[in-house]
Amino acid sequence: MERKFDEELKELSGMLVKMGSLAQTMIHNSIKALVDRDRAMLKDVYTLEDSVNLMHIEVDDFCLKLLALRQPQAGDLRMVTAAIKINTDLERLGDQAVNIAQRTEFLLERPIIKPLVDIPRESTIAQKMVNDSLEAFIKKDVKLAEDVLTRDDIIDDINNQVFRELLTYMMSDHTTIPIAFDLIFVSKNIERIADHATNIAEDVIFMVIGKDIRHHIAIK
Amino acid sequence: MAKKLVIEHLNAWFDNIQALKDINLDIEENSVTAVIGPSGCGKTTFVRCLNRIHEVVDKAKVSGKVLLDGKDIYSSDMDPVLVRRRIGMVFQKPNPFPTMSIFENVAAGLKLNGLKKKNELADAVERSLKMAALWDEVKDKLYKSAMALSGGQQQRLCIARTIALEPEIILMDEPASALDPISTAHIEELIQQIKEKYTIVIVTHNMQQAARVSDYTGFFLLGELIEFNKTSDIFTNPKDKRTEDYITGRFG
Repeated sequence: MERKFDEELKELSGMLVKMGSLAQTMIHNSIKALVDRDRAMLKDVYTLEDSVNLMHIEVDDFCLKLLALRQPQAGDLRMVTAAIKINTDLERLGDQAVNIAQRTEFLLERPIIKPLVDIPRESTIAQKMVNDSLEAFIKKDVKLAEDVLTRDDIIDDINNQVFRELLTYMMSDHTTIPIAFDLIFVSKNIERIADHATNIAEDVIFMVIGKDIRHHIAIK
Repeated sequence: MAKKLVIEHLNAWFDNIQALKDINLDIEENSVTAVIGPSGCGKTTFVRCLNRIHEVVDKAKVSGKVLLDGKDIYSSDMDPVLVRRRIGMVFQKPNPFPTMSIFENVAAGLKLNGLKKKNELADAVERSLKMAALWDEVKDKLYKSAMALSGGQQQRLCIARTIALEPEIILMDEPASALDPISTAHIEELIQQIKEKYTIVIVTHNMQQAARVSDYTGFFLLGELIEFNKTSDIFTNPKDKRTEDYITGRFG
């Protein structure tokens, strides 16, 4: 039996997908602005942030209404609670993109201290994680969500690598410090993006099979 | 926790129609167990088998075991009247004795069981009404007709009447389905309070009610027990798709 509630859950899902796609564009543009040294790419990041923030409030409001009026149970309940959490992660993804954009503005006014190699690689993996976690959400695909989780360690390794490498630049030439410092932060922002993708993937697993795998703790 | 009731291979029939099919489950002492399922799934028949009320229906039959503290209530040396005293029941529609006062309604069962001393009766009535959270509302009109009470108060009176006999288990067959939301909340609160002393099995059509008041939930469908688990698990992560479909309102 198709319920009116199913339509509402689809609508909720649609809102998150749209929000996710806006956040992805923000991340993509802010990284591209940095890598291509193209300031024009940054403009959209700020305007999209307003849209993401608005949706953040709308999704929470919609979820609250569904909880109050539909009193969902079982899979429906897990869907709505997962949506509330994914909503927060999507909003934070947007924030990370804005942070990268702001640091990029600073970096674009300064000389290049080294060609960017690891940061683009890190961001490619992180963006794919975000994309796949959202795809896992849409398709209720536990396998894909689990696959996203396995990639978090790669990101952590690259982030550490970026830090170590830039540290050597700072030690040998103190004039590079402001630039290296900001690049380290960008790498950290990307690492956080991957963390949010991981959170979304964990929420998807809980939503689909009711298993809470966060922090590697099995709660009975 | 101790198992108060152990139900083994319980089957029940109305004439040649099988209403319950091989039900097996344990009921923990001092817990609230909710029985849910669509109309005709056997949930009322199930609780009526737990205190031997099913068999009073013409052509009704039961097989299997219901162990109360380890002893089968269907064994030949068990007196059904005693079983029903140890396992009390509250019905869907409040059914106070219409010609009796509030006091007499609660005292009736005690008198039948031979309690005659006035002060002891009065104590037992007060204790039961307090336990049923009705005392404050009726203490000044104990000798008025029970029919003058509201539906919710009548139902609590019926619970007091059941409690007066100091049963070990209380079966409730949709005790709040004929009541308004405030009276329902009273009954639900009461269930939470009295479970410290009694073991409760409640049949309910209202899923939220099951979720709110019970510790364990059994889902029945077409005479079978489909799933039995902790209520918190049933309502967040049911294992059987039929349970999921029912509690999320996809059928039933």
